[in-house]
Amino acid sequence: MTTASTHAASTRTDALVIDGVEFGSRLIMGTGGAPSLDGLGAALLASGTELTTVAMRRYSPTETGSLFQLLVDHGIRVLPNTAGCFTAKDAVMTAELAREALETDWVKLEVIADEQTLLPDAVELVDATEKLVDRGFKVFAYTNDDPVLALRLENLGATAVMPLGAPIGTGLGILNPHNIELIVSRASVPVVLDAGIGTASDAALAMELGCDAVLLATAVTRAQNPVQMGEAFKHAVIAGRLAKQAGRIPRREHALASSAMEGRAEFL
Amino acid sequence: MNIRLNGADHTLGDGASVTTLVSHITGRVVDPSGQAADGRKIGVAVARNSEVVPRSQWAATALAEGDELEIVTAVQGG
Repeated sequence: MTTASTHAASTRTDALVIDGVEFGSRLIMGTGGAPSLDGLGAALLASGTELTTVAMRRYSPTETGSLFQLLVDHGIRVLPNTAGCFTAKDAVMTAELAREALETDWVKLEVIADEQTLLPDAVELVDATEKLVDRGFKVFAYTNDDPVLALRLENLGATAVMPLGAPIGTGLGILNPHNIELIVSRASVPVVLDAGIGTASDAALAMELGCDAVLLATAVTRAQNPVQMGEAFKHAVIAGRLAKQAGRIPRREHALASSAMEGRAEFL
Repeated sequence: MNIRLNGADHTLGDGASVTTLVSHITGRVVDPSGQAADGRKIGVAVARNSEVVPRSQWAATALAEGDELEIVTAVQGG
């Protein structure tokens, strides 16, 4: 078998599986920050994403076009979030509304502590995870990059854990790669690196650390060229995944020549 | 009757159900199962006095004077 055909076979069987659903793309997109629905649609298509988050807000009759319909039309599965919720109670109510509106029991659970940091509130997050799992939701828990908390959420029944790379919208990349690696090494549910991604290499790093997928929004929607950045992330996630599977060389203290010293010509 | 809809005052004919309200607000015909009659996704959920009203109960849920209604849908968000 040639290298090329081995590769083709491995990519075919390398689907991301969440709650029994297979995804060919390991890039989960958010929809926040895009100036128009048309532009957003083009960026989503360029990114190759098959799963995309949305927020739940009051219906406005003046809003033109339906985001939900856009996603349905593009065959992109929708993952509602509980963005803007500060308590477990609000998050549960928002999840219930999302389940009714969008006909999915999947929810990206986001319970934040304050507007300055937008960091998850661990206590409310644990409480909400317990309640939502109990009500039959498939909880994708947006969490701090805390290996202890991540395992707790999994043990409470979370379908996926989604540690942040850096605070939402900062584009600072992955601030604690060691913790992300630790979360991955102990998890038996999918780990999705969520938030803080700034550019393509951040997403590649997440995959190299062993994450199963990457979730990002503003890195694409607020890029100067969202369509091109969407495409960049598509390749970055694939590259990172391939590199992880290929097995990187160990880091070394000193140089190691790749050309043999033996058999060199001698010159006077 | 007068209700509160998404935080604002709203007047509806007496005897209105949740289906009546959703149809009125979205401009879509909603069938008794709570789906849009045009076959496309309606994509909204309704809470009445802080309780979610399941789609299947929209037609059977009559609104009353002073009810607090929230109608939400998917919008852009991370």
